[in-house]
Amino acid sequence: MAEWLKNVEPLTLKGQIAVPYTWWVGETGSRFLISLRDDQKILGTRCKACGTVYVPPRKNCGRCFVDIDEWVDVADEGVIEGYTIVHYAYPVQPVKPPFAYVLIKLDGTDVGFLHLIKNDLGRIKNGLRVKAKFKGERTGSILDIDSFELI
Amino acid sequence: MDNAAIVGVAQTKYERRKKDQIFADMVFDVTRAALDDAGLGIGDIDSVVTVSNDFFDGRTISGMAVGDACGGEDKNISTVSGDGTFGAFYGLMRVLSGYKATIVVAHYKGSEGSVPITTNGMFDPIFHRHLGLDAISSAAIQANVYMTRYGIREEDMAQVSVKNHGNAKNNPFAQLPMDITVADVMKSRKIAEPLKLLDCCPISDGAAAIIIANEEIAAKGTKKPVWIKGVAHCCEEYFLGDRDLANPVALRDAAKRAYAMAGIKDPVAEIDVAEVLEPFSYMEPLWLEGLGFCKPGEGGQLIGKGMTTMGGKLPVNPSGGALSANPILVAGLARLIEAALQVRGEAGARQVKNADTALAHGFNGPCGQSHCVWIVSGKK
Ligand SMILES: [Zn+2]
Repeated sequence: MAEWLKNVEPLTLKGQIAVPYTWWVGETGSRFLISLRDDQKILGTRCKACGTVYVPPRKNCGRCFVDIDEWVDVADEGVIEGYTIVHYAYPVQPVKPPFAYVLIKLDGTDVGFLHLIKNDLGRIKNGLRVKAKFKGERTGSILDIDSFELI
Repeated sequence: MDNAAIVGVAQTKYERRKKDQIFADMVFDVTRAALDDAGLGIGDIDSVVTVSNDFFDGRTISGMAVGDACGGEDKNISTVSGDGTFGAFYGLMRVLSGYKATIVVAHYKGSEGSVPITTNGMFDPIFHRHLGLDAISSAAIQANVYMTRYGIREEDMAQVSVKNHGNAKNNPFAQLPMDITVADVMKSRKIAEPLKLLDCCPISDGAAAIIIANEEIAAKGTKKPVWIKGVAHCCEEYFLGDRDLANPVALRDAAKRAYAMAGIKDPVAEIDVAEVLEPFSYMEPLWLEGLGFCKPGEGGQLIGKGMTTMGGKLPVNPSGGALSANPILVAGLARLIEAALQVRGEAGARQVKNADTALAHGFNGPCGQSHCVWIVSGKK
């Protein structure tokens, strides 16, 4: 490092990139999110080839490399398969820490569903059952499910 | 595969903030140093691969900004936006397809952006990004799944941090050489359970470069060529919930293919030293399981058994690993550079005695969605 630099704070420039995007959520994503918004119901899709029930629903099965066209109703309850209790804050988090991220195997599905737990953090354990709590005002977003609660 | 070798390597010292160097300054320095290390001139290089990420750098087509600094002018240059081991893989492919020598250069400045906001951007914007997940919180879920599955204690994971920060004391490029104890790790601040501050990598700035060449250029170089014996990468599902987070199948597959290419049948017996990418402590044992160094669930016991420590049968991360410096993307290339230095016998105080066959590993994506495994050796 140059000698003179050691004794000064070099110039920095502040910047922020905020690019607006409008993501089409897709045919399958639309049906899933509209169902959350209008019916407070969680939908999945089942691959005919391997039988896997995906939630969020998928339009294709990456494992079998085939189209998926069968819709299934998925329970709003399931079992915790993995979690973390978050203690640090940064702007993109939807809630103030501490809160938990959970991987939930919803009844009738074969993959983990990622979501939040806000309460009873001290009681969370893998294997416990949880139930979805929907928001009163829903917009067609994954956060129309407010969070999951321990049963 | 035709013979190809690593003929020159260079790294910056990794630091929390490089206040005297912009990206291009770091890239120029490591390019120059890798050429000097190889005993080659920029005229000997006919292909350039840069490794950078637009989101991290805060500019579009971020590789363009360092082309001049890595001798890319008048050459075939392109960019890998992923871990440095994947950039090196692309560099090797170019040499195998007819170029004589490729320089692969990676740069990163964690000090200039926001790691959580940027790594949140790797998640699907429809179903997952709004949840606020980032690299740390997703890794913490994986740690929970892995440790619960096999009854691994947080203290076992803490030993990885103790070992690697201790090893870093022998590495002049490391950012966090530290004498710490398991108790220090255990009482460090909770970040995302079960991860505590000392289970997590630091934020780092740095750059690294590597020159991969064909036999003709390797013969011209001044350093002992480090021959590439086997390399493979493999990817698994994107959504975390689709994967078994405690079973890194993509790594198993990549390792199997790399071992087959290198003719390795018993990795523990035939590999002398391993450098694996472990930005979080639990990742080292999990990746060692994936690499076939032990049975599933036994990775946490390897340090206790003395296998992966400096004097052990298979020292892992003599450099201190990513826990001791994690310039993202650069960190995987650093693993490959460290493996090459071990094979050359030039790893200084972190040298593993008589190391001839070394493994280097890197990964991309949350919780190791895709992995790249390298086997390098002093023997052609
Ligand atoms: Zn299928």
